Order: sequence, then C-alpha cells, then structure tokens
Amino acid sequence: MSAAPTTDGRDARTAWLLTAPALMLFVGVLVIPLAMTVMLSFHDWGQYKGIEPVFILKNWHEVATDPYFAEMFWRTARIALLTTLITAVLGAPEAYILNRMSGRWKSFFLLVILGPLLISVVARTLGWALLFGGNNGLVNKLLMSLGLIGSPLSFMFTETGVVIALAHVMMPFMVLSVWAALQRVDPQIENAALSLGAGPLTIIRRIVLPQIMPGVLSGAIIVFSLSASAFATPAIIGGRRLKVAATLAYDEFLNTLNWPLGAAVAVLLLVALVLIVVGSNALIERRYAEVFR
Amino acid sequence: MSFLELDRVAKQFGTQTVVDDFSLTVGKGEFVSFLGPSGCGKTTTLQMIAGFLDPSRGAIRLEGRDLTVVQPAKRGLGIVFQSYALFPHMTAAENVAFGLEMRRVPRSECRERVRATLAMVGLAGYEERYPRRMSGGQQQRVALARALVIRPSVLLLDEPLSNLDAKLREEMQIELRQIQRNLGTTTILVTHDQNEAMSLSDRIVVMSQGRIEQIGTPQETYERPASAFVSQFLGKTNDFAATIDRTATPGRLIAGSWSAPAPAGLAGPVTISIRPERIGFGDAGLAAKIVTRIFQGNHWLFQCESECGSMIVIRQNDGQKQPAEGEAVRLAWRPEDMSLRRTGDAA
Amino acid sequence: MRTNGPLALIFHTIFVVIMLAPILVVCLVAFTPEGYLSLPTTSFSLRWFRTIANYPEFVRAFWVSLGLGALSSLVAVLFAVPAALAIARYSFRGRDTLAALFLSPLMIPHVVLGIAFLRFFTAIGIGGSFAGLLVAHVVVVFPFALRLTLAAATGMDRSIEMAAVSLGAGDWTLFRRVTLPLILPGVISGWALAFIQSFDDLTMTVFLATPGTETLPVRMFLYIQDNIDPLVTSVSASVIAITMTALILLDRFYGLDRVLAGKNDPGR
Repeated sequence: MSAAPTTDGRDARTAWLLTAPALMLFVGVLVIPLAMTVMLSFHDWGQYKGIEPVFILKNWHEVATDPYFAEMFWRTARIALLTTLITAVLGAPEAYILNRMSGRWKSFFLLVILGPLLISVVARTLGWALLFGGNNGLVNKLLMSLGLIGSPLSFMFTETGVVIALAHVMMPFMVLSVWAALQRVDPQIENAALSLGAGPLTIIRRIVLPQIMPGVLSGAIIVFSLSASAFATPAIIGGRRLKVAATLAYDEFLNTLNWPLGAAVAVLLLVALVLIVVGSNALIERRYAEVFR
Repeated sequence: MSFLELDRVAKQFGTQTVVDDFSLTVGKGEFVSFLGPSGCGKTTTLQMIAGFLDPSRGAIRLEGRDLTVVQPAKRGLGIVFQSYALFPHMTAAENVAFGLEMRRVPRSECRERVRATLAMVGLAGYEERYPRRMSGGQQQRVALARALVIRPSVLLLDEPLSNLDAKLREEMQIELRQIQRNLGTTTILVTHDQNEAMSLSDRIVVMSQGRIEQIGTPQETYERPASAFVSQFLGKTNDFAATIDRTATPGRLIAGSWSAPAPAGLAGPVTISIRPERIGFGDAGLAAKIVTRIFQGNHWLFQCESECGSMIVIRQNDGQKQPAEGEAVRLAWRPEDMSLRRTGDAA
Repeated sequence: MRTNGPLALIFHTIFVVIMLAPILVVCLVAFTPEGYLSLPTTSFSLRWFRTIANYPEFVRAFWVSLGLGALSSLVAVLFAVPAALAIARYSFRGRDTLAALFLSPLMIPHVVLGIAFLRFFTAIGIGGSFAGLLVAHVVVVFPFALRLTLAAATGMDRSIEMAAVSLGAGDWTLFRRVTLPLILPGVISGWALAFIQSFDDLTMTVFLATPGTETLPVRMFLYIQDNIDPLVTSVSASVIAITMTALILLDRFYGLDRVLAGKNDPGR
C-alpha cells in the first residue's frame, strides 16, 4: 500500500463528528473547572465572610512569602527526587534482569512486579504502615536481627518512611518504562559486543545503559511527577505533621475551608509539574533524537 | 470495445502529483497489469478505480457510466489485497459469504455459491477454518474466492502474490490465469514483478513516476520497449552508444568493430538497446573479453568488457562448449533484434 | 550474557520480596484470630472478614465503588471508541491537540482535578452528588479507555475495512461486523483498566465524596486516619483479591504488559 493518507474535507468532518461527544465532555467538565480553579486562587476568603469573588493577589503573595509554604514545597520536591532516585537505581537493574529471564518466568515476574500498580494505593500504603508499625515493627526487627542498626529507627511520620513507601508505590512505573526501552534493544547486540572482546561490565556501561537511558529518564519523569503530587502515601505514612503539597491543599479545602489558598497551592503544583515535565521531555528528546528517530 | 475506461486521470496529494494523465481503455474479459517500481502510482490508480481515493482530475467510466460518483460499497468490484485483508474473526466460508450477505442473497443460494467458489479455488473442505490457521497460499485463495463470489464486473488484484514464496507464486500464477480465463472476468493486476505481469496479462501498462511509459502486449513491451526505462525494467538489457555514418553510401551503423547497414531516418549519435539472450559469440563483431561466467542451470550468464563498455550475454545451456573467463570473444547480433534510439531521447 | 548470574538472582529475589511484602503483610494480618494487629501465628481466622458485615458504611462504600467503576468505565468506553477511531484513521487539523487534551488527565495531578471538580460541582449545584462523582470519574478514566482502544485501532490492517467496503458493507455494517470485532480486545481491556482505575481512585474522589457517596478507598482512608486495626486489613485484603482476579483475567485475555504500556497491538 503506497497510498498517502488523505485530508479530504469529508474526512475531517467525520473525524470531528466522532470526537465531538468526548470533546464536549472534556471542555465542559475539565477545561472549565480548571479555569475556574485558577480564578479561585485569585479570590478572597475570610473566616466568617467565606469566598469573595474579587481579583486579588493575596493568596499568591502568601504562598510566595510565607516560609511555611516554602518549606512544604521543598519537602515535596525532596521526597519526589529521592523517590525517583531510588526507583531508578533499583528499578532499572531489575528490568534488565527481568528481560533476560526465559519466557514463562519473565511473564510471571512481570505480573508480580507490575500487578501492584493496579492494587489500591491505600492497601499498599497500609502494608507499609503495618511493616513500619512503631519501634517494634517488622522492618526494625529485621534490620536489628541482621545487625544493620543498633536501635530502632522511626519510619512512621518521617520523610524516610514516606520515601520508602512512595518508592514502592512508584516502582512499577520505572520498571515498566525501562522494560519498554529494553524491548527495542536488539538481543544480539550484547553478543556482538562480547565477540568484540568486551567484558560484562563494559557491556552494561557502554552498550546497554546508553540504550535504556531514555527509558530510565522517561520513567523518572513519570515517577517524579506522580510522587510530587502523591496524596495517599504521604497522608497515611506522613500523618498530619509532615505536610506535602497535595495533603496541604486537602487540608485547606476540607479542614480550614480556605478554598482560594488551597487553589493557589494546587495551581502552583500543577504549573510547576507541567514546566518540569515538558522541560525535561524536551531535553530528553533533543539529547536522544539521534538514537530513536 | 471499451468496458472500463480511464480518461486522463490524475491524482495529487498536496503539491505532489502521484498519478498524471493516465488514459487506458480495458476491454471486457481482458487481463491488464499495471507494472512499475514502488511509488510509480500503480496502487494509487487501482485505489481510484476501487473508490478508496478520488481522482483529482479526469474520469473513470464503467460501461460508459461515470464510476467516480458511485460509493465504493456500491461499485461491485472484487478486490484482492496484498495483505489478503481477510476478516480474522470469521471462518473461510463466512469470509466468502460476507459480500453475498451484503447483497441479501438468499441463505440457500449463498451457501451453494460459497461452496462452489471455495471448491473452484481448491479449498473444498476448508469452509470452517479460520484464516490464522491457514497457510499463506490458502489465505490467498480465500481472498480470491471472496472477491470472485460476488461476480464482480472488474477484479482488482493488488500485488496478490508478493507474499508467497517463489514456487507457490508460480503455481498460483497459472491457477489465477486459468480461473480468470474460465470466468472471463475483466481483471486489473498491480505488480512490480515483471515475470508475473508477463505471464498473466493480455496487456501491460508500464508505469514510472506517475506516468504511463508504454501500453502493449507482453511481447511488444519486451521486444519493442518504447523507452530506456521500459527496456531496463523489463528484463536485462544492454544499452550502449553507436554512431550512424552518412558520409559513405549506403550509410553504416557503427559500434566499435561491429557495423551494419544504417536504418533510414536516423543520423549522428544513437543508443543501441539489445537483449542479452540475442547476442551471440561469433568470428566477427564487437571485440570483448569475458570477465565473469556464471552457470544458472538452463543458461549461462556472461559479463563481458567490450569496446562499448560492459555487456551482459545470456546463452542457452544447449550442451555446446562455452567460452571461459578471460577469453577474448567477438559479440554479434542480428540488426532486427536491437532497438535504436537517438541519444538523449525519451529516457 | 543471556542468562542472569547468582548476584543478579539474589538482587531479583530481594526486590520481589520487598515488592510483595506490604501486600502480603496486609493479607496475613487480615487472617489474625486476635483482637489487635498481629501476624497469625497459630491459626487463621475469618473473624475480621465477618466483622466487615457489622460496618454498613464499608459495605455501602463497596457498592458505591463497584457501581461507580462499572458505570464510569462504560461511559468512558462509549465516548472513547468513536474518538479513538477518528484519531487513529483520519489526519485532520487539530488531531494532535485533541489527543493531548484527551490524555491530559494522566498528567494533571489528581489533587488538582479533585479541587477543580469540587469547585465546579459546587458552583453548578451538584456538589456531593453521585452524578458529579460519575462525571468526574469518566473524565479521569477516559485516557485509559482511549489509549488501549487507540492502540487496537492503529494496529489494525486498514485494507480489511477496505475489503468489507468493496464487498458492499455500509458504514454501520462495517463498524458492527468488522471494525468492532477487530478492536474488541483493546476495547475490553481499556474498559477493564478504566474500571480498576475508577475503583482504586482515592486522591480525586476524597474531595468529592460525601457520607452518602463515599467510595471504598475513601472510607478506608478516613478509617486509617483515625486508627489502624485488623478490620481495615481484612477490607484491604478483599480489595486486593478482587483486583488480583481482574488482573489475572486481563493478563490471560490481552497481556498485562500490553495493557500497562499501551503498546500497539501487533495485529495479525
């Protein structure tokens, strides 16, 4: 078939007709609400007067100057970055090991590792809460019996605990992303390197890693943006004291009821993430345009 | 008498002209091939006949009626696609019955016609098979049966044999030709395989870069190529420079040490085109040396370095002794076997 | 280099154990015979599963989640199939923008979506209603339904449809008899994935749910906020069991890697 796709007027009309229902849904129930939220962040709010539909910069000024918000956003970024690092360092080798397994084991372990992605985040985080569980939690018992630590560490309500649980929640995304990149690698390429006299470490460093790097990076973008906006895990493991962007916005909306301030936090989170994601995507594409054209 | 007529048909995608000035009349029952390299516009032309693309200019008529205003679903043409395009979720019989169902053919007649058509393509007993459990050749037959069962006014074949291996392809060519003869269905075949086009067709339309290079019987296009493109595309050929000397009378056509009486009407530099199997080794003629000699079963293929450049010679393996590599030879041919073009003419 | 060495296998074992540990511990604790959080040491007991029945808010939340998941994924598929067909086969101006818009709920943090929907539904007066929750879930799970349907439609051999047309099939017949059966695996997987996403969503739903429309994850989350006891582990274990069943079916039916990666259906 050598025919090029056509752009007849008839086709375009059909296409718009077919997408019209979904388009109307998205404009009505996604675009408009998002626009309203941006508007909301410029409204005024008072304990007794409620929301006042005026245009002021009060909330944005508060978010920008109050060190409380700065600390909270830094904590969010720190947690997301550490989580991303852990998933990359552990997830990439695992994906590579997985890819070298033989057929049946490969699909079995793929199911085991990717399956949790579809299991309720609340249930998974609850599991970590049980494992951490105070000073005599299972994790502490195990670490002490191995002689790795002398006295119990506290995981609940600490950043360490949140990062560990988040890394677990996000791990499947990283494995999946690297695994997808590995599928594009010619399985004979390692043998080719081997035949040219390269050792196993050289092959990983010079042959495998450069080829799966785009997968690691795109996995990192996904993990980072999901971690930075994560709600359930920081809320359950971090508790009320250890606030991140998502849990703070939740509190402003459902406890303090200061919607405009909560909206400002949410919009800032959204804008920051979009900039980071779009920016790093562009960087990756430019860097790897040659490899995957 | 014209049955299917294409009148100065052209197709443009944006600024790119894919088919230009395509005119052809096909008689009832005729088997015509569109032959050319990929991107020459042959599939595009077929798709315009089928109605999947609208021509940018020109008219397509079937029995005098304008075909372009008819919906593709109402044209009643049978099409066999390169990928076969069988419905994977239907059995062979269901595939073949689909077109009859669309025409609301009564159940009993439908069953009978499906059975008969599958039998005709040699697939009796395969009615309940699903396509994915059939070989490529069998799938191809189902596709053919599906296109033929609706008794199409024109059968369109888009590279139908290109996914088969060489031996099966040859068998299918013979079978396809027999079926087409028996049914008398007007057929258009799109192919890039010159052997396929020659063995199947009544006439060949050789295409290049969206234009028709030549229309003729297989023999005409092979023996009397209208352009350098046709002679190169249809089989191997030797093209080399020669001159016509009009100073002597009668004039002579001269290529190196070979010469012949000049034909009327031409003068100056010309290009000689001669098929490799029409060149013989003789005592006089073009001086050459055998560079490589390749044995190919029923014939020998020689690559020679001659006074007029590199030449290919093919000799039947008739048991005679053949010259060895490195041997000096003389190349000769009968003037009526070559074709002459003024140099620089119609590439 | 084709096989894994012992070091790699040790790494792999530890990795898998850690991946499974939190899930296993939840399931084990759920079977404890004791009245407090503990691993069952001597015997397994179903007492905490029976206890669920005494908490009607959990049972009601389960039904809300189930209904919401089934309805929202169904509506999402109904919207997604025509959109996916249009995007897969026509090149028209605005197509890329449209596709980006349709996939955007994947990129927007769910906390932002929750806030936006809460604001919007309150403003138009359907705050706290099931209808609002349903519409919100349709939007959020739509990308999953779209992606898998799109992959199936893109991987499909277009000449199969041309063949049907040349045999006389009209638009509706073409869709019903040829196109839909061919993309059905993608559509069903998209529906299943959309269902799971809706069934599991907490972050967005927590903003919209009111006591009458609380979903199971929301109920569990609010319960855990107060205290953690074996009851919530037995509820979690039930949820895990349901998801695992769906997951295994999905894997058998379509291939989990294909579902999750949204890769192209290689077709035939």
